[in-house]
Amino acid sequence: MHGPDIQWYVVLSAILFATGALGVMLRRSPLIILLSIEIMLNSANLLLIAFSRLHGKEDGQIFAISVMAVAAAEVVVGLGLIVALGRRHVDLDVDKLRTLRG
Amino acid sequence: MANFLVWVVWIGAAFACLASALAVVSFRNPFYSALSLIGNLASLAVLFLLLSGAFVAAGQVLVYGGAVMVMFLFVIAYLGDRSEESPWSGGPSWQVVGAVLAGGAVLAEVIVVVGLEAGGLLSKPAHIGSSFGSPEAIGKLFLTDHLLAFEVTSIVLLVAAVGGVVLGAHARQTESDARA
Repeated sequence: MHGPDIQWYVVLSAILFATGALGVMLRRSPLIILLSIEIMLNSANLLLIAFSRLHGKEDGQIFAISVMAVAAAEVVVGLGLIVALGRRHVDLDVDKLRTLRG
Repeated sequence: MANFLVWVVWIGAAFACLASALAVVSFRNPFYSALSLIGNLASLAVLFLLLSGAFVAAGQVLVYGGAVMVMFLFVIAYLGDRSEESPWSGGPSWQVVGAVLAGGAVLAEVIVVVGLEAGGLLSKPAHIGSSFGSPEAIGKLFLTDHLLAFEVTSIVLLVAAVGGVVLGAHARQTESDARA
């Protein structure tokens, strides 16, 4: 492998994952929480592809493509929920959503 | 020389990746966050290319940077301006401290594991042919070894599409209820 060894990819992916996790834990807007989840999924994808390159097998890339499809599905459902919230004129704040009923 | 160029591209992509991820988390306006996530996805695609994952990189740009992000931007534009007042003041301050501690724990854990190097297993990358990660190789694997994953993924996408339609129809119904 030319260029950086896999350790660099692992560290980069860990920092990305921690950033995404911080976004999920600290932000209150569900839109930004969804975006942070995308960052976390992508850091996992980076790791899958890096190890697939290390072992010389493409199975990790197949897994990464499946993760992308699942992420797309997750975004569809999440955005559908957020649009439903917005149409009911509920505050887009996950700390206030505990009162949402019915 | 080629090695040096790869390092330059890698460092550029890695810093773009980290900076745009931080921007996603810290912008107050969700619209700007979504725009910086596009930068994050594009620089990740560059890293995928460096790892000989040409097909995944193309899929990343087309599916994520294209389709998913357009959907995000549409929804953000539809919901209008909903900037948070102060992005970091959610809940009591122990929540922030706990979140930062948890994030730091993840980082420290991974870096310790990398430091141990898993018994030297991480240092010898396999030799690969020129067709590694090409659409042909990926497609062949998808239709032979990973046929089940392929089919299950299609079902997941179908269920998500139906779920999106149901959620949208339900919202429309309650809206007309509220108007009546």
